[in-house]
Amino acid sequence: MSEKIKTSSRPHRAMGGPGRHGMLPAEKAKDFKGTIKKLFAYLGNYKYAMLVVAIFAVGGTVFNIYGPKVLSRAITELFNGYMAKIMGNTGGINYSFIANTLLFLLFLYVLSAILNFVQGWIMAGISQKISYRFRRELLEKINRMPMKYFETNAVGDILSRITNDVDTIGQNLNQSIMILVTSVATIIGVLIMMLSISPLMTLIAIVILPVTGILLGFVVKHSQKYFTDYQKYLGKLNGQIEEVYSGHNIIKAFNREADTVSEFAETNDKLYEMGWKSQFISGLMMPVMFFIGNLGYVAVAVIGSILTINGAIQIGDIQAFIQYVRNFTQPIQQIAQISNMLQSTAAAAERVFEFLAEEEEGLLFTANAESQCFRNGDVYKSQLDTASQVVFENVHFGYDSEKTIINDFSCDVSSGQMVAIVGPTGAGKTTMVKLLMRFYDVESGRILVDGRDIRDYDRSDLRRNFGMVLQDTWLFKGTIMENIRYGKLEATDEEVTAAAKAAYAHRFIKTLPEGYQMELNEDASNVSQGQKQLLTIARAILADNPILILDEATSSVDTRTEARIQKAMANLMAGRTSFVIAHRLSTIRYADMILVMRDGDIVEQGNHVELLSAGGFYAELYQSQFEQTG
Amino acid sequence: MLKIFKHLKGLSWPVTAIISLLIIQAYCELALPQYMSEIVDIGITQRGVPDSTPLLISQQVAAGVDFSKIQLDYLLNKGSVMLAFSVAVMLTAIAVAFLSARAGASIGRQLRDKVFKKIVSFSNAEIDRFSTASLITRSTNDIQQVQMTAIICLQMVFKAPIIGFGGVIKVAATQTGMGWIIGVALGTILMIVIILMLVAMPVFKKMPVLMDRLNLVSREILTGTNVIRAFGREKYEEKRFDTASIDLKNNQLFVSRVMALMMPLMMFIMNGITLAIVWFGTRGVDYGDLMVGDMMAFITYTMLIVMSFLMLTMISVMLPRAIVSAKRIEEILKTEATIYDEKNSHDEKLDKVEGIISFEDVSFRYPGADEDALENLQFAARPGETTAIIGSTGCGKSTLLNLIPRFYDVSAGRITLDGIDIRDITQAKLRSLIGYVPQKGVLFSGDIASNIKFAGNWISDGQMRNAAEIAQANEFINEKENHYEAEISQGGTNISGGQRQRLSIARAIAKQPKIFLFDDSFSALDYKTDIALRKALKQKTKDTTTIIVAQRINTILHANKIVVLDEGKIVGIGTHEELLKNCEAYQEIANSQFSEQELRGDKVERKALSTPECSSGFEFESAIGGDGCKNE
Repeated sequence: MSEKIKTSSRPHRAMGGPGRHGMLPAEKAKDFKGTIKKLFAYLGNYKYAMLVVAIFAVGGTVFNIYGPKVLSRAITELFNGYMAKIMGNTGGINYSFIANTLLFLLFLYVLSAILNFVQGWIMAGISQKISYRFRRELLEKINRMPMKYFETNAVGDILSRITNDVDTIGQNLNQSIMILVTSVATIIGVLIMMLSISPLMTLIAIVILPVTGILLGFVVKHSQKYFTDYQKYLGKLNGQIEEVYSGHNIIKAFNREADTVSEFAETNDKLYEMGWKSQFISGLMMPVMFFIGNLGYVAVAVIGSILTINGAIQIGDIQAFIQYVRNFTQPIQQIAQISNMLQSTAAAAERVFEFLAEEEEGLLFTANAESQCFRNGDVYKSQLDTASQVVFENVHFGYDSEKTIINDFSCDVSSGQMVAIVGPTGAGKTTMVKLLMRFYDVESGRILVDGRDIRDYDRSDLRRNFGMVLQDTWLFKGTIMENIRYGKLEATDEEVTAAAKAAYAHRFIKTLPEGYQMELNEDASNVSQGQKQLLTIARAILADNPILILDEATSSVDTRTEARIQKAMANLMAGRTSFVIAHRLSTIRYADMILVMRDGDIVEQGNHVELLSAGGFYAELYQSQFEQTG
Repeated sequence: MLKIFKHLKGLSWPVTAIISLLIIQAYCELALPQYMSEIVDIGITQRGVPDSTPLLISQQVAAGVDFSKIQLDYLLNKGSVMLAFSVAVMLTAIAVAFLSARAGASIGRQLRDKVFKKIVSFSNAEIDRFSTASLITRSTNDIQQVQMTAIICLQMVFKAPIIGFGGVIKVAATQTGMGWIIGVALGTILMIVIILMLVAMPVFKKMPVLMDRLNLVSREILTGTNVIRAFGREKYEEKRFDTASIDLKNNQLFVSRVMALMMPLMMFIMNGITLAIVWFGTRGVDYGDLMVGDMMAFITYTMLIVMSFLMLTMISVMLPRAIVSAKRIEEILKTEATIYDEKNSHDEKLDKVEGIISFEDVSFRYPGADEDALENLQFAARPGETTAIIGSTGCGKSTLLNLIPRFYDVSAGRITLDGIDIRDITQAKLRSLIGYVPQKGVLFSGDIASNIKFAGNWISDGQMRNAAEIAQANEFINEKENHYEAEISQGGTNISGGQRQRLSIARAIAKQPKIFLFDDSFSALDYKTDIALRKALKQKTKDTTTIIVAQRINTILHANKIVVLDEGKIVGIGTHEELLKNCEAYQEIANSQFSEQELRGDKVERKALSTPECSSGFEFESAIGGDGCKNE
């Protein structure tokens, strides 16, 4: 778990910019409808706000659409007045009418702007609140998930759900709903306005529509293909880059520079080809749409002029109509974009919902009937004594219900005893620890702590009785003081220092810049591995728990540091029941009980002398050390 | 930003072509409103008779003259000219799209190529300076960013000033006397943009910081689930996460609300401009300075000018990011590798290589460091012998090893191979003699065969199998479905750590080098494999020079020569027995690795210690096997 987790950022997020938007084929959700429905259920909490948003959006759009029509009246009036003046007829330009019309328009535009702004304001609030809620629910969910989930799923994957996916939902929701509402309102509104001016001219505009649609479809379809390929090669190229840079020494040591460069060039050429093709095809959209727009412009002008002569429409209407035609094609483009946006929103939401629907820890009971009766009511809560007795009784367990790996294991650990668990890597040494801490539950049999089935404890109360020092030193970004205090949040500075002293960490902390107040960075890479280990030991000492678990705590430090850590651990284990997943012979030797594991099961148990004289797996391993290589 | 284009070739003619096309396009595009205005003023008002007045026409109409044919002809004529211009606009735009897409992609390709080649040529010193992670971002995201910006620039940014400028010329030509409206409009927009930027920028800049914070906290929680649960800190962590989450929410809310303000505001300004033009235009028409059609054309031109202005402001928001990216790329391109081949190399002297590596008063200091990492090292490693380097973490063991294949060059003194300074040998020649096995088994995507034959395709299948056998890898390879063709994923993540290490050892063996360098390479192997491997390797290394870096004494008990390093200095050279007697640092390491009882030597252990051939260990973990990758 200590290795760096790469946040899986989907490559297309890094791009963007005009022309690309909505061009990439969106990731598809498996169940689009269901997911959108669920998403709407979340929006349902804000239904009044949503209603306001919808009304305001429609209102804002309608006023905007109504504008040109009103303006056309002013222009018509101006035109007629001008004609009248030229003709020498009485009258002339009616200033007050035009002034009134323009003032009315100003009012409309102000209103429209306000409505649009308020609508955007509310929608931003809603989508941010929903994002926040998703994040919160995801986190709370994490705390209820069984450990098993974290062992089988990459951290990066869960992380990307919390950050990228939630972010996608928030941003897209904000935009897509707004655009959807306004686009539909615009299409309908414009259609009505156009019809009110001239049904004949409307017909022309409508004929343009399917042409636009077909062209749009063509561009989208073809560019998507290239964009997909582009993404593929981009991924490949990035993979090559990562591989070569991180294996730089090997490339050099094996004189592979030239081959590497030519392999890279090959992918780079492909990327170039896909890059310009996708870019070009999507770049076709704008000019073609522009031409269609102008086609409409000319058609409207010619036909409009004929109609004006006949007196069927006014000259201002032409101006208005041209604007409407322009407004007409725009929302269609937008809706094409949104459908993509909705797809990616649904895909992101699906991943979030998927996680939220995962099985939780509390539901993972496979306990035997006997303990079932205790489970619901009688929960034992009190703090255990400083040293606890642990009993395993006929324990059976398997990670996979099909395959039991621990068969009928029994053992008594008296308080204050030290149990060592040994075996090859991958033999399942941590299984016992996981059972003990109820990260997993036994299949049958039971584990008793101080005479009580661990399933009768409240899970978190039970866990609070364990102190852990693990191979993976988990520390967080914060001061050393804060990190040690994590073991006991209410500890005073003096208590923290005392714990650090007991862990042999005090001295090195003092030599660090700012001492206890030194900020550990991400991955705590500004202190050494051995120092990190000492800090986690200090944390465990401060926590002062009755049962200790030490899991390969010194595997990655040098031997001199290890010796110091051993001393610290000896301090820690004094007077406590401890389980040590072991590394070093000298430690194991003095264990009260050694559990030898192989292929998941406990194959032998006893102390060093007993096991050695038994002549089994342990003895074999022990002796094999001294074989000669010849 | 511009500096970076100096590195690029073949861009000048597409850029020239694009700009010329854009000028043609702008000319056509700007002609359109003029035709529109003529259609209204002449085609409609004057019934298609250009050299007339509306008054005259209306009198003629009254007199019964039929203008309908003339008018239709006029409209169709002007309409087709308009359409012709539209087609020209479309065609030039398509040509621009084509050229800019190719130019943009070519910028990306050239930059990638140059950056990649450059980085491959870097020595470890340069890689360390930038850090691998940063080099990856620079080669991927930063280049992507520059490429995108370049395309947008080619397609739109060049166009905006051309259109804007053309629009101004057109407006000036119409002589409406309303040019000031455009000035006021641009001024207002500029002011609003500046105010919004001033308000929003600080909040905007905080966004990535808050995003990182949320990422960090989430990552910490996810990687520490077992610790968090063991300490019962779920609520505490929820609070920590919540703080980060709320901060992010508030920040994003502010930013999106500013954006929500921006759009309607701009819309309103555009509409307001139209109203102003109509109002002031009305007067112009009234005084006879202006035709109605002119006014409509004026509106259109104004909109075009305002739009291109808005486009430029938007780009000015985008550009800083691209500039930062370009600078980061430029930094790589102008960095020169510090390790290079001398012009007069002495490769020819190495026809028959013996393989004596000797350190002659070598000191090394990492670039920018205050102190030497290695100081005055003096020792020699001979063919047929094993030379071991031991010391605690951070004493400079791996650094020492990295000097031999010239991953770094010495700061003082010299390293020689058969008496020739390794800096006088080409890197390729030097490295072709070395079989290097790193601490971590780094593999490359491909299959098992391509990884073992990494040194070159001259390695025969037989040699490959033999190498795998010596490295004790044949067993697991044969268990694979496709044997040597079994796929290896990037970084070798689809096989275990121990298997990776065995393959990386096989890779070095297959190369049949004169010098083996093992950088703590056996620690990932389980005990039995380790013994078998070294037994097999012994045959192979009869006349090669072997240098092993180790942490644990048991790995090097049998070495012909052990060099003990402490804080970059040699504190002892000798065999295990000699050092145990006279080297304090070595004793300390030994003490920490063997129990007192073991050191005093009871029956079993004495046997182990006294047999130099035996590479036994006291470390239980390796004794009972396992692949050595971190447990669970």
